[in-house]
Amino acid sequence: MSTTSLWEYANPVKFMRLSGRVLPWFAGAAAVTLVAGLVWGFFFTPDDFRQGSTVKIIFLHVPAALVAINAWIMMLVASLIWLIRRHHVSALAAKAAAPIGAVMTVIGLFTGAVWGQPMWGTWWAWDPRLTAFLILFLFYLGYIALWSAIEDADTAADLTAVLCLVGTVFAVLSRYAAFFWSQGLHQGASLSLAPGTRMDWAYKAPLYVCMTGFSLLFIALLLAGTRTEIRARRSRALMVRERMYA
Amino acid sequence: MIALLARDLKLAFRAGGGFGLGLGFFLILAVLVPLGVGPEPRTLALIAPGILWVGALLASLLSLDRIFALDFEDGSLDLLATAPIPLEGVVAIKALAHWITTGLPLVVAAPVLGVLLNLAPAAYGWLIVSLLIGTPALSVIGAFGAALTVGLKRGGLLLSLLVLPLYIPTLIYGAEVVIRGAVGLPVATPLLFLAGITAGSAALLPFAAALALRVNLR
Repeated sequence: MSTTSLWEYANPVKFMRLSGRVLPWFAGAAAVTLVAGLVWGFFFTPDDFRQGSTVKIIFLHVPAALVAINAWIMMLVASLIWLIRRHHVSALAAKAAAPIGAVMTVIGLFTGAVWGQPMWGTWWAWDPRLTAFLILFLFYLGYIALWSAIEDADTAADLTAVLCLVGTVFAVLSRYAAFFWSQGLHQGASLSLAPGTRMDWAYKAPLYVCMTGFSLLFIALLLAGTRTEIRARRSRALMVRERMYA
Repeated sequence: MIALLARDLKLAFRAGGGFGLGLGFFLILAVLVPLGVGPEPRTLALIAPGILWVGALLASLLSLDRIFALDFEDGSLDLLATAPIPLEGVVAIKALAHWITTGLPLVVAAPVLGVLLNLAPAAYGWLIVSLLIGTPALSVIGAFGAALTVGLKRGGLLLSLLVLPLYIPTLIYGAEVVIRGAVGLPVATPLLFLAGITAGSAALLPFAAALALRVNLR
């Protein structure tokens, strides 16, 4: 291979070979970092002087939210690649990412509710950030529903890709529309490069480990999901062929 | 294109065209809400802007699947796709026809239903203005959703699942205009955002919808 380009892995065979080789490594690395980060975060960090031990839910909440948003962005990129270059692996990767993103959104919302009950005194508030996340979840649902409703694979890939593009615009619009009400209850970004952020390294370090772990987990699940989709399509093609020659 | 608009309007106004269905739904919603919430005038005045906007949104949702489904079934959509006018134009015209038969009656009926919901007197003008500006966006977004689901047998429920999240920004800004109008706050900012959404959707979504239609017709 003299000219190795990323597009080579648009070939399903090459993708299967490479992903099969790296998947165990990603899965193992995800397991190690998640266990390390969560154990560190839950058992070896001090309680916050105001929030007590509830602060520790941040080690699930922030990484899940991170993956929930980035999974959608990844779907957007994959949809664009499908629309422009018609690589099937790309469309299937977008399809595989959606349920992962939806579950991460639920984890983010659930952990937020569990934290919000003792801290804000309510499970749910129509706060802009919470609202935006709920809307993101609705977009995931619609996307998954459209994939499962259409029988023809290429039609489904095309239509869901268009929905993903249009949905992104409207999801961003909704987010800023929700900010119209007020700043809301939710605090600002937990991690920021701007000066004046007050999170101590005692929390920040395990949080970074957890974020890395969740990202690795996403990659591992995404690879596994895409491989499943490719195999499902192959088996469907085999069945069609068998029926033709039978 | 004018002929197409006239044809769509004629089909909608004919018996069985579904004209008035959305209007009836809107009326029933405005009657049911006070029955469910209770007749307390202060509470009703508080929720009236939101209820009227949600009602308008759901009412326009009702007739969305008619935008393309009937033409898809009897094959006239294939003819329109090969016609000398661009498919994007067809989408825009059909969205316009949907707005004239669904959105415009809602704009006219909303002030009457505002009386039922004890809407603040200052808000009536802004209710009409916001619906007039906002409902075209609902029709265009709906046309996009209808184009996505036109090939499906039971696309109706999926259509609402896809379209309702897309309606959220329109709903937030539209209701915000009326809420602010009711208490005498300046409404320019949400009104301009609402107008921006309508203009942007009308300009861009016909292209996305036409793309989806071509995929569904292939």
